[in-house]
Amino acid sequence: MSFEQLLFYAFSALLILAAGMVITVRNPVHAALSLVLAFVASAGLWMLLEAEFLAIALVLVYVGAVMVLFLFVVMMLDIDLAVLRQGFARYLPIGALVAVMVIGIMAFVIGGGWFGLEATGEPVRQAADYSNTKALGSVLYTTYVFPFEVAAVILLVAIVAAIVLNLRRRPDSKHQRVSQQVAVRRDERLRLVQMNPEERR
Amino acid sequence: MVELSDYLIVGAILFCLSMAGVFMNRKSVIILLMCVELMLLSVNMNFIAFSHFLNDTAGQVFVFFILTVAAAEAAIGLAILVVLFRNRRSINVDDIGTLRG
Repeated sequence: MSFEQLLFYAFSALLILAAGMVITVRNPVHAALSLVLAFVASAGLWMLLEAEFLAIALVLVYVGAVMVLFLFVVMMLDIDLAVLRQGFARYLPIGALVAVMVIGIMAFVIGGGWFGLEATGEPVRQAADYSNTKALGSVLYTTYVFPFEVAAVILLVAIVAAIVLNLRRRPDSKHQRVSQQVAVRRDERLRLVQMNPEERR
Repeated sequence: MVELSDYLIVGAILFCLSMAGVFMNRKSVIILLMCVELMLLSVNMNFIAFSHFLNDTAGQVFVFFILTVAAAEAAIGLAILVVLFRNRRSINVDDIGTLRG
C-alpha cells in the first residue's frame, strides 16, 4: 500500500465516521462539531486531489465562518432535545434501508470498472512549481467572469435577506429620530429672555 | 494508486449517509440543514475528483460556485430558523404547518 493510499483510506474513514456522528449524535452541538471534523477530513482528501486552493478555502470559509454560525445559532436557541429525538428509532430502519439500497445501486454503477484506472488513465501529476490558485484564478476571471459576478450578487442578496429577516423594531426601545433632529429650527430649542440686571446697592 | 471510482464511492457513501440523516432526524430543522451541507460536500467531492482525473480546471470552478451558494443558503436558512424559533418557541418540523392553507 502506497503512502497516498494510506492517506486516502485514513481521511475517508475519518470523513465517513464524522458523517455518521453528524446524523446520530443526540446533542446538536456535537453534531456541528462532527460536521467540522467532516469538513477538515474532506479538505485533506481535496489536498490529495491537488485542489489546494479549494481545500484551504473549505477550511477557512466552512470551518471558520459557516460552522461558527451554526454553532452560534445552536447555542443561542433553547432547544428541547427530548422532543427533537422523537421518531429517531422509528425512522432508523427505513433510513438505513434507503441508504443501503442507494449505496448498492451507486456502487454497481461506479465500481463496475467504468471509472477505474483503465478507463480514466493515470492522472497528470503537476510539477512542484505549479500554482493551483493561479490556474483557478486565470480561468475564473476570464471564462467564468460573469458567473463570478452573479455569485457576488448572490452573496449580497444573502446578506440583505439575513439582516432583513432578523431585523425587528421594538416599540419600547429608545432611539434617536435623525430626520426630526436635522429638521429642527432655532426657535424650537432656543428662547431669548429679557432680564434686567440686578441693581447695585 | 487511488482510482477515480474510490473517490466516487466515498462521495456516494457520504451522500447516502446524509440522506439517511434526513430520514432519521426529521424533527430537528438544524440537523436537516447540516445534512444538506453534507450532501453538497459529497457533490463537491465528485466534482474535484473528476477535475483531477480528467485534468480540467472547470470542475474546481464549479466547486467554488457551489461553496458560495451553500454559504448563502446556510446564512438564510439559519436566519429563517432564528425567526421561526422566536415566533414558535420550537424548531420542530411538525410545528411548521401554518402555511398548509
